[in-house]
Amino acid sequence: MVSLSSYLILSAILFSVGVVGFLLRRNTIVIFMSIELMLNAANLAFVAFARFLDSMDGQVFVFFVMAVAAAEAVVGLAIIMAMYRAKENVNADEMNLMKW
Amino acid sequence: MFETFLFVLLAVVTTIAAILVIVQRNPVASVIYLIITLFCLAGIYLLLSAPFIAVIQVLVYAGAIMVLFLFVIMLLNLEKEKKLIYRNRLQKVLGVFLGVVLLAQIGMIFSSVLLEGSKGKFPAEKVAALGNTEVIARLLFTDFLLPFEIISVLLLVAIVGAIVLAKKQI
Repeated sequence: MVSLSSYLILSAILFSVGVVGFLLRRNTIVIFMSIELMLNAANLAFVAFARFLDSMDGQVFVFFVMAVAAAEAVVGLAIIMAMYRAKENVNADEMNLMKW
Repeated sequence: MFETFLFVLLAVVTTIAAILVIVQRNPVASVIYLIITLFCLAGIYLLLSAPFIAVIQVLVYAGAIMVLFLFVIMLLNLEKEKKLIYRNRLQKVLGVFLGVVLLAQIGMIFSSVLLEGSKGKFPAEKVAALGNTEVIARLLFTDFLLPFEIISVLLLVAIVGAIVLAKKQI
């Protein structure tokens, strides 16, 4: 039987990898993938707690998180497309249209 | 024993693929490694006796969302990044350092706090007898009906927003 803390440690590692990717990369699409990694780490923690606390609420919440992630990916990728039309690249350093 | 072996295998593959996602120069390769990560996570959900979540992980995440990422990458016609990190070395060092600090903090919380709580109403045997999908569906349409309806509105707003953003003139 794998213990709860093993699952949580895996979740923590995934989340940290996502944070490092978010901080280091300049390509907006890879930054988005890092966000997906972090969301998945949270999902893993939800499912692990749901399993070990004999509750189903965690699994229902994962369902909601996935719906929000899908909506976020759609809108974010549409924004990236719009930025690409304006700037001809997707480098996060050059996205300064809203700066004043 | 077999469960532990499977967990270790899936966890190692997940971690390696996740690290490869953020160190690839070619975004298409990043997407492929992210798909591997998501598939392994689906396997871990199966180990946690959550088959419904595992299936929608493959269908929605590895299927729909990742195909969307690939579509956008192909549409944008990006070339490989010349350098992985454009700014100075300080950013690289600081970023990795902050990641390690965050990992240590989360680990300390997990090891110091007692991870126990009051047990819920659905032990694994009961869920297996009722059917995992059936239990989730029953909860979704009773206890979580309001969030479920709000999610439908959120998805509608996302669809409208994506169409507006994808138009030629914003």
